[in-house]
Amino acid sequence: MAFVQLEGLGKRYGEIDAVVATNLSVEKGEFVSLLGPSGCGKTTTLQMIAGFVEVTSGRIVLDGRDITHAKPASRGLGVVFQSYALFPHMTVKDNVAFGLRMRKVANTELQLRVDRVLKLVRLNQHAERYPRELSGGQRQRVALARALVIEPPVLLLDEPLSNLDANLREEMQFEIRRIQREVGITTLMVTHDQSEALSISDRVVVMQAGRITQIDAPYTLYEHPRTEFISGFVGKANLLPGERDGAGVVQVCNRGDGELTLSLRPEKIDLREKGQGRLQGQIVSRFFLGSQWLYGVSTALGELCVVRRNDGSAPMNEGTPVGLDWDAALLRVLSVDEVPA
Amino acid sequence: MSKNGPFALLFHALVVLFMLAPLVVVCLVAFTPENTLSLPTTEFSLRWFRAVFERADFVDAFYNSLILAFSAATLATLIAVPAALAITRFEFPGRDFLNGLFLSPIIIPHLVLGVALLRLFALMGVNGSFAWLIFAHVLVITPYVLRLVLASAIGLDRSAEHAAQSLGAGRFTLFRQITLPMILPGVAGGWLLAFINSFDEVTLSIFVTSPATQTLPVRMYVYATESIDPMMAAVSALVIALTALTMILLDRVYGLDRVLVGKQ
Amino acid sequence: MSTLTAIRQGRQGYWLSTPALALYLGLLVIPLLLTLVLSFNVFDYSSGIDGDAYTLDHYSSLLGDPYFYEIFLRTFWISALTTLLCVVIGVPEAYILSRMGAPWRSIFLILILTPLLISVVVRAFGWSLLLGADGLVNQTLQAFGGSPMKLLYTPFAVVIALVHVMLPFMIIPVWTSLQKLDPAAEQAALSLGASQLTVIRKVVLPQIMPGVLSGTLIVFGLAASSFAIPGLLGGRRLKMVATLIYDQYLSELNWPMGAAIAVALLLLNLLIMLSWNRMIEGRYKKSLG
Repeated sequence: MAFVQLEGLGKRYGEIDAVVATNLSVEKGEFVSLLGPSGCGKTTTLQMIAGFVEVTSGRIVLDGRDITHAKPASRGLGVVFQSYALFPHMTVKDNVAFGLRMRKVANTELQLRVDRVLKLVRLNQHAERYPRELSGGQRQRVALARALVIEPPVLLLDEPLSNLDANLREEMQFEIRRIQREVGITTLMVTHDQSEALSISDRVVVMQAGRITQIDAPYTLYEHPRTEFISGFVGKANLLPGERDGAGVVQVCNRGDGELTLSLRPEKIDLREKGQGRLQGQIVSRFFLGSQWLYGVSTALGELCVVRRNDGSAPMNEGTPVGLDWDAALLRVLSVDEVPA
Repeated sequence: MSKNGPFALLFHALVVLFMLAPLVVVCLVAFTPENTLSLPTTEFSLRWFRAVFERADFVDAFYNSLILAFSAATLATLIAVPAALAITRFEFPGRDFLNGLFLSPIIIPHLVLGVALLRLFALMGVNGSFAWLIFAHVLVITPYVLRLVLASAIGLDRSAEHAAQSLGAGRFTLFRQITLPMILPGVAGGWLLAFINSFDEVTLSIFVTSPATQTLPVRMYVYATESIDPMMAAVSALVIALTALTMILLDRVYGLDRVLVGKQ
Repeated sequence: MSTLTAIRQGRQGYWLSTPALALYLGLLVIPLLLTLVLSFNVFDYSSGIDGDAYTLDHYSSLLGDPYFYEIFLRTFWISALTTLLCVVIGVPEAYILSRMGAPWRSIFLILILTPLLISVVVRAFGWSLLLGADGLVNQTLQAFGGSPMKLLYTPFAVVIALVHVMLPFMIIPVWTSLQKLDPAAEQAALSLGASQLTVIRKVVLPQIMPGVLSGTLIVFGLAASSFAIPGLLGGRRLKMVATLIYDQYLSELNWPMGAAIAVALLLLNLLIMLSWNRMIEGRYKKSLG
């Protein structure tokens, strides 16, 4: 029995299904991300687990206990909200202590636990400050501390990093992962940022239009996307027509038609001399991304995206004719999208 | 922020002058040592202020107004806060109608309300009752409290309440420790605004007060229709002073510009 | 949501609104209805109000007697003039304020709007000090060699004081409308070659019309039912509807007549406001949505 189990969980608003009969099992100590574009139902799912949205169908089982209709206060889950939701009229310390006060924890133990968790998130120097005196990243850590100090069975994170700027976001991603590993708490995170989901999760759950479309470990998800949408949403993908050759191996159809849709990642394509490789083309655009060069290559099969590591050598110029080559084993067959994108 | 030309600034200066002139004149005349309405040119005298305090009817009226305003504002706040929370928190049929109804006394002339309540009180036999006078004031000042508490409640970060709930807070704890402190500026500001409006109210009060329950504005109105002397100016100056004090409080608690024109 | 939750939520909402609802039903709706009924009651100078007999006499004398007709007309044109002056003064003033920088803007906003919080009796009295026979204005006139004018107890005094009291009610909604404007739109117009005046006419004014309309409705309604100002500055001869009602209720004791006048005031107010609203909305609905 998984630690957290969603069985046929659904949410209907009038005529519209925000979440459609979803099944998910989360193991104890796992870090699972719900990933998808806005409106895909990931936040609704999290809010149902937290108890702020009424479930229309299905069950939520936590450690064997059915909590589907339990009040939020009685579920005892740790929730970190997108806006952090700190109590503006209380100090950092009082914010963090709130959950313990509700549980009538004795003062000496309360102080101990609050101090310990503030040290964990590295905010012990700021215990007496008010939220308005803190930076975005600091507020986020207070929200995290407040949720962790009550030692909940599950930690729910609702787009915790979307309000931070890019540099801070990366730093906080690793902080959250570090803390989660240290505490060993089962964690469910909602995000629309695929690089975030890939970098810190044990498993990623992709959602679209209220349905789960793929659940896999980050590496597997990236290397083996199931559908056209997923291949484009998680990383960039080149879509190519394909067919199976005599030996049953999948190949690209140079003719331009083919019964299969294949996905090929930009970093899996090599740029060769003109005349070499499997497909000929011409560089039509070039973008510098710091650690990489992104080339747009015009070919008979359309414009393809190729990524080359910036190894310090001179990049290729626009207008240069090139040959493209790849390992056929890295071609991925995509299923038809079952849900509207 | 483009600058204003000289004509604009002149126009503006005239408008400010226009708005402040009557008040400034009243305050000045209050200090006149003369027997007639005049500006104090030779000295500033307190004789008319002393005269006010010697008039039992004015002193009584002042206390009436003070107690009335205090009670009415408090009662109005006790009514408006739950109503504001109901409107912003819960969805129920008739909610929009109730919202409109609760804010409606602002658009109904106090004149009409005054005579309507006069009739009601006559039929009920409670004419001259101080308690019912308080209720009448509560009716006209509740929209002021409601407006400010609504603004605070709508701007409230609901996720802070959700966070408190997820941490185990029950309903009363939630209200006392989380919701109330966060809407306090609206509640306190609303109380003060209601207080001022009750203290100032004259049109409705004229119909609903009796000689025993006469409020200060009504007393002043009646006095002004009979005789005009500097004592009237002294009372007025005192009223302006009291209002100014309350406005400073209001500014501290909520922000005067926010009260008058809403959030910037 | 489940029906149970919907019912639970609805019930909580109703419980919390109950005190307010009781207050309003008891002290607003019922008295107004009673007044409506009262306006149809019979009144006799010797026996008083007859609560069981009904008549249309009061309304017919309202419509027939030129005394009443004249007062309603006077109230109407004074209110209309007040509203016009408030627009002419208030709209530019709000615009000028909005173009000031901090802290002047806040300071002046407060200075201009806080008279709202001072009792109308005090303000009316202040004007009687200024406009009286020995008032400040006349004293200044005489100092410059002119002769004193009768300012007090004229429509002029009433209009001036009304404008003074109502101006904040015009400035506030116009100010609110101005705050919603995108300053970049003005800048875009200027960059395209428009003069400041054209910008005001073609970019600012059309967008703040809802605020101006709101203000005119509020000012007109308040001015028409104003009591203390005509009472203190209009004198016994310059009656307005409010003084009329006061007379009927508290000196004539003819409450049904007073009630009829009050009902007429309320209805006329509503009628004028609705048709004005409809007319302006029609003109600006297309552009402002």
